[in-house]
Amino acid sequence: MCLSIPSKVVKIDKENNIATVDTMGVSRDASLDLMQEGDVKIGDYVLLHIGFIMNKIDEEDALLSLETYKEIIQVMDEEDRQKAILEDDECPNRGT
Amino acid sequence: MALELKNLYDDFRDAKTIKAYAKIIQEDAKKLPLPINIMEVCGGHTHTIMKYGILQLLPKNIKFVHGPGCPVCIMPKERIDHAYALAMQEDVILVTLGDMIKVPGSNGSLQDARSKGADVRFVYSPMDCMKIAKENPHAKIIFFAIGFETTTPMTAALLDVVIKKDIKNIFFHINHVTVPEAMAALLSDDECKINAFLGPSHVSVISGSKIYEEFPRDFNKPVVVSGFEPVDVMQSISMIVKQFVENRCELEVEYKRAVNRDGNLNAQRLNDKYFEQVENFRWRGLGDIPKSGLKLKAEYDIYNAEVIYDAILPKEPIDDHKLCICGDILKGKANPPECSIFGTACKPTSPIGSCMVSSEGACAAYYKYGNLI
Amino acid sequence: MNKTISLACGNGGEENNELISKVFYKAFKNDILEKGEDAAIIHNGELAFSTDSFTVSPLFFAGADIGKLAVCGTCNDLAMMGAKPKYLTCSVIIEEGFVTADLERIVASMKQELEINGAVVVSGDTKVVPRGSVDKIFINTTGIGEVLKSGISANAITNEDVILVNRDIGCHGATIFAAREGMEMSSSLKSDCASLFPQVKALIDGGVEITALRDATRGGVSAVLNEWSKQSNICIEVEEEKIPVSDEVKGICEMLGFEATALANEGTFVLAIKKDHAELACRILKEFNPHAEIIANVTSRHVGKVVLNSSWGTSRFLEMPNGELLPRIC
Repeated sequence: MCLSIPSKVVKIDKENNIATVDTMGVSRDASLDLMQEGDVKIGDYVLLHIGFIMNKIDEEDALLSLETYKEIIQVMDEEDRQKAILEDDECPNRGT
Repeated sequence: MALELKNLYDDFRDAKTIKAYAKIIQEDAKKLPLPINIMEVCGGHTHTIMKYGILQLLPKNIKFVHGPGCPVCIMPKERIDHAYALAMQEDVILVTLGDMIKVPGSNGSLQDARSKGADVRFVYSPMDCMKIAKENPHAKIIFFAIGFETTTPMTAALLDVVIKKDIKNIFFHINHVTVPEAMAALLSDDECKINAFLGPSHVSVISGSKIYEEFPRDFNKPVVVSGFEPVDVMQSISMIVKQFVENRCELEVEYKRAVNRDGNLNAQRLNDKYFEQVENFRWRGLGDIPKSGLKLKAEYDIYNAEVIYDAILPKEPIDDHKLCICGDILKGKANPPECSIFGTACKPTSPIGSCMVSSEGACAAYYKYGNLI
Repeated sequence: MNKTISLACGNGGEENNELISKVFYKAFKNDILEKGEDAAIIHNGELAFSTDSFTVSPLFFAGADIGKLAVCGTCNDLAMMGAKPKYLTCSVIIEEGFVTADLERIVASMKQELEINGAVVVSGDTKVVPRGSVDKIFINTTGIGEVLKSGISANAITNEDVILVNRDIGCHGATIFAAREGMEMSSSLKSDCASLFPQVKALIDGGVEITALRDATRGGVSAVLNEWSKQSNICIEVEEEKIPVSDEVKGICEMLGFEATALANEGTFVLAIKKDHAELACRILKEFNPHAEIIANVTSRHVGKVVLNSSWGTSRFLEMPNGELLPRIC
């Protein structure tokens, strides 16, 4: 819900409580009014919604998810490989 | 490995991962005791499901019921008429977010008001009101605030700044609504066919996953809070299916990288400072849902356009067209193509009911992306 | 049709087409007009004739200005019919108080672009109106071109053809949104505004069998593909991952909830080329921009519609853009 994009913090303006964030080469300013003071640092990944930073993206959890995806792809690839071998074994045109 | 911004986009849209989950879901679904209906509450999820063709990857015993997760779709006609009436005031500049402009009320949409000479502007952020107010010191800027829990704190933040800087020409018309009350209202209908919920991504970032605890506990409905990328949605569907296969009924969070139990407490504090629950909010298609909306606290009446302009705001609730079955669609009792006016009298360019009104609505999504499903 | 004209009627999409057919085509009925090509072919097929008006705001933006746009717009419409742009008219409506130096800048841009096309302005008109009657300056250009290759038509596409684009899409629309007041953003994005005749000439000289060409202006690539599928009674099946989109345009689309295929272009065109010549066409186009790509096939799966096929085996329709292009909030 509520279009929100992951962005990277590249600059912080403490006086106006604004962060400059980058999203795939497009940079814009966003308000830090919803975040705890000092919580957001340069280099953090954050979620942006209608001009405000809503929260920080937990890098560890993100990486854990990506690990999970790597594993299930490996399992799928292995299953596909096994299936291909079996189909080959049962191919009537195969010489013995 | 180090996380890069590209990973947060590309890896959660990866074709192979989507295919892998499709396979897992197909396998697990064979063990389901009964077919299941999952409601994705949030318009962003409807959009993802339609855009990435997710329904085409699911087995026949898993169906989706598209929820009321679009704050524009559920806006009752009489409140759109409020926006129209305010916009037509001589010295008013009506400011709102994106899709609101197109929704038709009894006299037309805000777009129509604009072609009649009303000053209506859409903004990307509520904070843009500050610039408009500064450039137009003699006008009254009314921010027509819409949105779920995700968007509410931003309205509160604007009011916070308006009060701190003593800005005299910004006012608010509040139409913020809350998700759990709507979910509970849907389940209260005996004929409701929803078995599980895909929990909204960013509502949950703000309010925390704690707001869904009642659903597995009191209603026996599992909830999986999902991210809005296609891989997130596939993983969440997989988690729901596994719950049914393993006879569990729990609240789980798939969107761990952004959602925790408590949410953004700063944002919640801001909300609590300025808003309180209304007795009732009328949801288009669903009717009155108690405590499902917010209003400004009485001490902020001087900023409340609903109070200031009370005399010109229409009060009578307006019923939907009698052929409109949005209510049933929202409860999972019907699908868009089953509506007698879907695609004919009711289209995105001439919407009749709430589900067609915004691009996030179930009917609009089906109209745009459907037929191939 | 509604009682008043809404902004959506100028979007290059559904409402625009409705306005054109129900009001203008209805009154100005004739065979040439109803062909609905980018430029009219007249005078026994020897000449191409087209007009366009320019109301872009802001006037100056990354990659171009309203002047360059005014020449490219009309010259490109001629080029899209296989014609060499030759003579243009230039009509301007200027708001009282407009800065003269800005006008000179705009005219200088026009001159530069005319040279690229090998065309000249032979007639013009100037009007100045009271403050508030127009938004700074509106320009209209009308052009006549000499047809070098005839038979190019949006009504003639078949399943012997494949669909290409000449470069990455959406740059102009994305740049304008990023530059507009109220959207404070900074990026290395710039408009793709460019004269297309040199590329069309290279294709003709290279012996490529061109079936149809259309520049993807308002309504974007999506509008072109939808118009073609209706005009030629075909289904266009696009391989979604083949559509070239730059990271910067993707970034704007993410931020504002747009689809790149609906964004306007001013130097990007869509081609329908006979299958055997597609690779050759792609090679020639890559000399101008490395992102030229074959993006779709023509089938009869859903006649009159455009289908997007994803790389994970699902499909959806690519609809004609409708409404004003507004950022999504959720």
